[in-house]
Amino acid sequence: MTYDVPVAPGEKAELEEAIEGAAEGWPMWEVFVRARRGISHVHIGSLHAPDARTALENARDVYTRRGEGVSVWVVPSSEISAFEPEAAAEYVEANEKVYRLATTYDIPDEVGQM
Amino acid sequence: MGTSEERFQAIVDAESKIEPTDWMPEGYRKTLVRQIAQHAHSEIIGMQPEGNWITRAPTLHRKAILMAKVQDEAGHGLYLYSAAETLGVKRDDLQELLHRGKHKYSSIFNYPTLSWADMGAIGWLVDGAAITNQVMLTRCSYGPYARAMVRICKEESFHQRQGYEILIRLCNGTPEQKAMAQDALDRWWWPSLMMFGPNDSDSTHSEQSMLWKIKRVSNDDLRQQFVDMTVPQAEFLGLEIPDSELRWNEERGHYDFGEIDWEEFWRVVKGDGPMNRERIEHKTRAWEEGAWVREAATAHAAKRARRAA
Repeated sequence: MTYDVPVAPGEKAELEEAIEGAAEGWPMWEVFVRARRGISHVHIGSLHAPDARTALENARDVYTRRGEGVSVWVVPSSEISAFEPEAAAEYVEANEKVYRLATTYDIPDEVGQM
Repeated sequence: MGTSEERFQAIVDAESKIEPTDWMPEGYRKTLVRQIAQHAHSEIIGMQPEGNWITRAPTLHRKAILMAKVQDEAGHGLYLYSAAETLGVKRDDLQELLHRGKHKYSSIFNYPTLSWADMGAIGWLVDGAAITNQVMLTRCSYGPYARAMVRICKEESFHQRQGYEILIRLCNGTPEQKAMAQDALDRWWWPSLMMFGPNDSDSTHSEQSMLWKIKRVSNDDLRQQFVDMTVPQAEFLGLEIPDSELRWNEERGHYDFGEIDWEEFWRVVKGDGPMNRERIEHKTRAWEEGAWVREAATAHAAKRARRAA
């Protein structure tokens, strides 16, 4: 099926617009789930909730209905800091120091596994 | 490095993913907002036809299954609204657009659920068609949408299997039960094929969406895939698909099938399906009558914050 519901002939498409008077929503929280003991929490999605406890309860219902996790974290989305997108490449993608990579060193085969 | 647009297209062409903070063409963003919102609305409105049968499920076991399925659909709606929000829109705005009839959802939910067999047919056909589309969307170029699809596809498999199992039971039951299953197939077959949208030759958004890798397979190819997959499943049930032109085409290696009633298709898209008005009325009423729950949650959070201070 397609979720691209077609615009019927003669109809005007309303793609998006900010709605005057729409309910002022609850803050957004990012949800992190530890799938099982021994591995880190991994970001799994987000949701809206009025406070941390409700966010946790909602996260349990929305993201762990089938035993997907043994632990859940919620963090206010507004508390997450990141590099500006344009700067991100410079800060986190630079890899000119190839000598940092183990594979750039030649070790003779007879030495064995190293 | 080229222009922003060239860099964007290079990421898409390399089968990498676009993430929320990346530069993207305004048309790409708008197409995604529209499609993800419609997808989310479809999940939320899609709770109604099945919610209609929760109180009348034939056994406690079937009732529990149906409730779990409807709860999944609420969850799918929430994953998708979250994905839409990464594009800078607000969930409450999207919902308001739905309530005001300015946003659409899949037309399939504008058909009524008249018998228990419809719960089987919806799981088998409607969720089957949804899976065909959503498996494709797991490879969509927009990261948050693709990731939401991976989660949703895992859960949809339960939806389809429980539906098909309902029909197996009915088809192995009394003649009346089998007739009920056939009647459900008769009513749901064509609307299910309509779910794949207009023919490729009449599809206005498809070409650009394919280039942006929002859409990966054309409407007609997905529809064919669905028919090929579903016909043997109908045969297994001993049910007859209501299409006199349906036959295996040895040369093509696919089933040929009859023409969709496009007049009906456009009528329902435009709002004149059997249930369009009722679905939105119900959704709006649930939102308004549920206001006290939201207010109470906000008040409770405020009280807890005061006590903790």
